[in-house]
Amino acid sequence: MAVKQYIEAIRDALDEEMGADPRVLVMGEDVQEGGVFRATEGLLGKYGPGRVLDTPLAESSIVGVAIGAAFNGMRPVAEIQFADFIHPAMNQIISEAARIRYRSNGAFGCPIVVRAPFGGGIHGGLHHSQSLEALFFHVPGLKIVVPSTPADAKGLLRAAIRDDDPVLYFEHKRAYRLLKDEVPEGDYTVPIGRAQVRREGDDVTVFTYGLMVHETLEAARRLSEEDGIEACVVDLRSLSPLDRDAVLEGARRTGKVLIVHEDNLTGGVGAEVAAIIAQDAFESLDGPIMRLAAPDVPAFPYAAPLEDFCLPNAEKIGDAIRRLAAY
Amino acid sequence: MPLVGESVTEGTVIRWLKAEGDRIARDEPLVEVETEKVDVEIPSPWAGVLQRIVAREGDTVPVGEPLAYIEAEVQVGAQGPAPLQEAAVEEARAPKPARPAAAVPAEQPARAPVGGSAGRYSPAVLSLAREHGIDLSQVKGTGIEGRITRKDVLAFVAARGAAPAAPPSPAAPGAEMGARPGEVLRLTPTRRTIAERMSRSAQTVPHAWMAIEADVTPLARWRQQIKDDFRQREGADLTFLVFAINAVVGALKEYPIFNSSWSDDGIVLKSEINIGVAVATDEGLIVPVIHGADGLSIAALAKKLSDLGERARARKLTIQDVQGGTFTIDNTGAFGSIMSVPIINYPQAAILTLEAVVPRPVAVDDAIAVRHLANLCISFDHRILDGAQVGAFMASVKAKMEVFGPDTPLY
Repeated sequence: MAVKQYIEAIRDALDEEMGADPRVLVMGEDVQEGGVFRATEGLLGKYGPGRVLDTPLAESSIVGVAIGAAFNGMRPVAEIQFADFIHPAMNQIISEAARIRYRSNGAFGCPIVVRAPFGGGIHGGLHHSQSLEALFFHVPGLKIVVPSTPADAKGLLRAAIRDDDPVLYFEHKRAYRLLKDEVPEGDYTVPIGRAQVRREGDDVTVFTYGLMVHETLEAARRLSEEDGIEACVVDLRSLSPLDRDAVLEGARRTGKVLIVHEDNLTGGVGAEVAAIIAQDAFESLDGPIMRLAAPDVPAFPYAAPLEDFCLPNAEKIGDAIRRLAAY
Repeated sequence: MPLVGESVTEGTVIRWLKAEGDRIARDEPLVEVETEKVDVEIPSPWAGVLQRIVAREGDTVPVGEPLAYIEAEVQVGAQGPAPLQEAAVEEARAPKPARPAAAVPAEQPARAPVGGSAGRYSPAVLSLAREHGIDLSQVKGTGIEGRITRKDVLAFVAARGAAPAAPPSPAAPGAEMGARPGEVLRLTPTRRTIAERMSRSAQTVPHAWMAIEADVTPLARWRQQIKDDFRQREGADLTFLVFAINAVVGALKEYPIFNSSWSDDGIVLKSEINIGVAVATDEGLIVPVIHGADGLSIAALAKKLSDLGERARARKLTIQDVQGGTFTIDNTGAFGSIMSVPIINYPQAAILTLEAVVPRPVAVDDAIAVRHLANLCISFDHRILDGAQVGAFMASVKAKMEVFGPDTPLY
């Protein structure tokens, strides 16, 4: 196994899938020169401009053209340069891509992947920090994945590319070079729709995804050492479809549930997880289901202290777990 | 090291443009740094003197870590000379000191009700209580304001497994003897548990009873000779109880139906022989279990018994020590009893007592001799066992007890 950065794992997945399947295309702003984060570096040289396409600054077209290419037998991986800019493409994603299989009665799929860097903590301000998954979470016909490790980044991207239906792949921009970890060799995928228990524990269960997985694990480590509280940490990693079994099992195990995400609180993925647990694991609850998320502000501030105030971190997560454990 | 790009997490110093001791102006370029994305010149945030360079050329520095120390001309507070300040201290990821809890809605969980007695219980607590037949008023709550938590209930269930359904032995000395006539003796959790289990056993299981008398003269004499030496060598007592356990285990192997439980779907024969042994403690009777007693030699049984007895009296038994029993033996003889009618340790099939070993005059052939006699009494679940079976079982136990002697292997 090699140690790779999160972004290297993504680049490797693109490279290997393009190498294995000539139908796989990459398209987006500046992807030919490697992309603003260098996620697509080297692909133009290997596969040529016929398969690595620079697009105009027009997100609706990026996704729309990808959908068209998919209709014609290709497997496009469209890149939205920052998830914050995905809004012009909403119509294509929701009205078109998400509905194609449904409205064609199964005759057509739409095997596109839409990759978008998301997340804050890098002073990105208004347009470079948002989490958008909740908006699409609500839409049937879309799959959404949020890998939290380099190994999952590669495995989930492969799975997304090979999927015959549209997949939104949200990669955390701060994770790109921050996370370095072992990535297995060989042709492996991570199944879409399956959560992963990252840490075992019997006191409180924490459901989370994205970079918050690492903040939560750090909080859990401190709590174990300092307070003797053992948290079970579950990385959802697929938001749509959600791994309901893992959610219910995690909730039943401890009866005390905390959901952590970087996205705003109201109407976030955590609300749905809480509702599922309240409905189907009610008898096992030993305390109220708690959520820790960003406050409902239009975007993360640029000023460091304010951004820190908004973002959940290991300390806030630790406090929340501690309070719930004591309940 | 400042954050120069959104995904940049570290930088490598290429070269310093100023040297230690140099005067520097605000925004004057200090150092060239190479990052993944781009090479940058880092300007000085303050005017002053470059005091000490921390990151040398070629060093890789994570964002937020110091590159150099500058003695700045900016006054902070009323101090005369400006304090040392870290150059380019921005960054995100250095662990922050305690922050006030964010407006982020991690609200306090709703106030928990006070204590267990009149309080509301969580669904988990109610389910567990129902499943294990627990009266929640007996459970101590360790949650906020004395709330009973799921873990409290689970701990109660585990501790309850320790309670015995033992014969009506005289009350163990201790707290329960402390009250004076005219006062009400408060019920301890152990007492409640004993009460609950005794009642359940007596009400559910049709008890029948039998006793036999064993002539343990050879054992008594042999034991008298070797017990001190054994005690010295092994640090444990070679009591009559040890031999009784060994004899019963042997009989259980011959008659497995005595190592079972009644259920409406069938008599469940247990695969292990785990002997519960009643021990008197200050809190009341407790029944630690010797797991796999059939695999233990007499000496090993003696040591295990000694260990469990000590730990029971010291209240140091673990959950495993009191769970999983399949048959129970009580040494009522230790109190001088010569007959007992024990209550079965639900849901086992039977319970056996070893009564006092007493020298008595008995008829041997046509003469009177003094022999050491011990009664063994058994209460059994008449749904599972009939008199004839019990007779055979007890005859086997008696035979084994009567044959212990110098030829018996201890190890």
